Amino acid sequence: MDAATDTGAEPLDRRMTPRQRRRLSRAIQYAVLAAVVIALAVVADWGRIADSFFQLDIAAAMFPAVWTPFWNTIVYTLLAFVFGMVVGVPIALMRVSTFGPYRWFATGYVEIFRGLPALLVLFLVGFGVPQAFPGIQYPGGVYGQVAIGLGLTSSAYIAESVRAGIQAVPKGQIEAARSLGMSHTRTMVTVVLPQALRIVIPPLTNELVMLTKDSSLVFVLGVTTATMELSKFARNELTSEANATPLLVGGLLYLLLTIPLGLLARRLEKRGETR
Amino acid sequence: MNTEATPIVRVRGLRKRFGDNEVLRGIDLDIAEGEVVCLIGPSGSGKSTLLRCVNLLETPTDGTITAAGHDMTGPDADLDAARRDIGMVFQQFNLFSHLTILDNVTIAQRRVSKTPRDEAIAEARRRLAEVGIEGKEQAKPSQLSGGQQQRVAIARALAMKPKLMLFDEPTSALDPELVGEVLGVMKGLAAEGMTMLVVTHEMSFAREVADRVLFLDGGVIVESGPPAEVLSNPQTERARSFLHRILHPVD
Repeated sequence: MDAATDTGAEPLDRRMTPRQRRRLSRAIQYAVLAAVVIALAVVADWGRIADSFFQLDIAAAMFPAVWTPFWNTIVYTLLAFVFGMVVGVPIALMRVSTFGPYRWFATGYVEIFRGLPALLVLFLVGFGVPQAFPGIQYPGGVYGQVAIGLGLTSSAYIAESVRAGIQAVPKGQIEAARSLGMSHTRTMVTVVLPQALRIVIPPLTNELVMLTKDSSLVFVLGVTTATMELSKFARNELTSEANATPLLVGGLLYLLLTIPLGLLARRLEKRGETR
Repeated sequence: MNTEATPIVRVRGLRKRFGDNEVLRGIDLDIAEGEVVCLIGPSGSGKSTLLRCVNLLETPTDGTITAAGHDMTGPDADLDAARRDIGMVFQQFNLFSHLTILDNVTIAQRRVSKTPRDEAIAEARRRLAEVGIEGKEQAKPSQLSGGQQQRVAIARALAMKPKLMLFDEPTSALDPELVGEVLGVMKGLAAEGMTMLVVTHEMSFAREVADRVLFLDGGVIVESGPPAEVLSNPQTERARSFLHRILHPVD
């Protein structure tokens, strides 16, 4: 084909039209895909894969015990998210404050907790702080530790999202509120924040998905059967059964949480567009 | 101009500088109660800045302003209290996009004036009827036409029972066929005796409704007088050429 177009010596009807070229290119890509699938099917040891991942009796034996860690995963995620919102929104407001010290504090806070790995913060909360302040008791035991440990990191991300949302609210909205006699604080609470939070629903849903997965770090705090989350549970089963099926089940249960969240986010985003 | 009564707006030696750009270079202005004053002039002449200085949306660089009985530039000025008495209407309407039409008109009454809910709603309904918006109470601003939105914005300002209304090019963002409905509402308001300061390019409105027209250029008031004088018989070359451009844009 190249030769034909390059030399231009071939008669016109031998050349391909753009549509034909597109069709050929498509066909080649399908062919490559089919080749990869066939190669995998031939090369892979399906019996062994099925043995490792799809042992129905092992999967069945995980139930109903798996519902406790599944539930814990949800609870840890929500606790951390609530903590993140409760701390993150005020931090966002401080970030846009006209009062310097608020801004400096909030900027430092965000830089620190956005920059530190969630695992390290969890260690700090779980082991560092109790060592430095002997006798400290977290409310709710491990649940309190998780809310703070994961929530600190999360609050930094939430604060940045909310700050972006606040700054995306048109200036005219603020001027209109002030011209009606609303104070700065009243304007923030009544006009700016409600609009900002609507704007940041998609990134906040994203944060919730991230937290669902980060809850798998909780195992470092040393959890019991009652407080175990999904990843730890799946890994324990993996060890005791010497089989990977529990990982598949655990993974599917994570997706059972995150995929609906993603769909919800997309829907809220759409509703935001049409508004 | 009415000189016996204290003017409702008094501006003295007003200057406003944005960086190196001095937008207002010494403005003196008195507006009597019930007077309708139109501000005209080329873009960049400082009309909107002057208007926005009256309720201190822009902080003056120099000069003093009193408006609706409040010393706006004093060190102890309570601007929030002052702005309750000074309604403002914006070019881009600026309705609160997350609130319904009814909530837009009740929110300041309820949150600022602490008016009881039922009373605020009743007042909002009266004001909405006044500007000819009915049956849209539960709609969101984006569901309304520009002309309707601007009329709601006027109702929102009126619900606070202001003593003075500021209009910042209220019809400039509207499709031509929607300009009339907004000007109609403003004309009605003027007839009821509302004190109004209006930045506008609608010369027919200025001619018909204004008691006084101010021509601004380069940050100073170049001409001031009854509309018949300023619009029909401008004394300065700058005003003449501006009016010619506005009235005969094709030439």
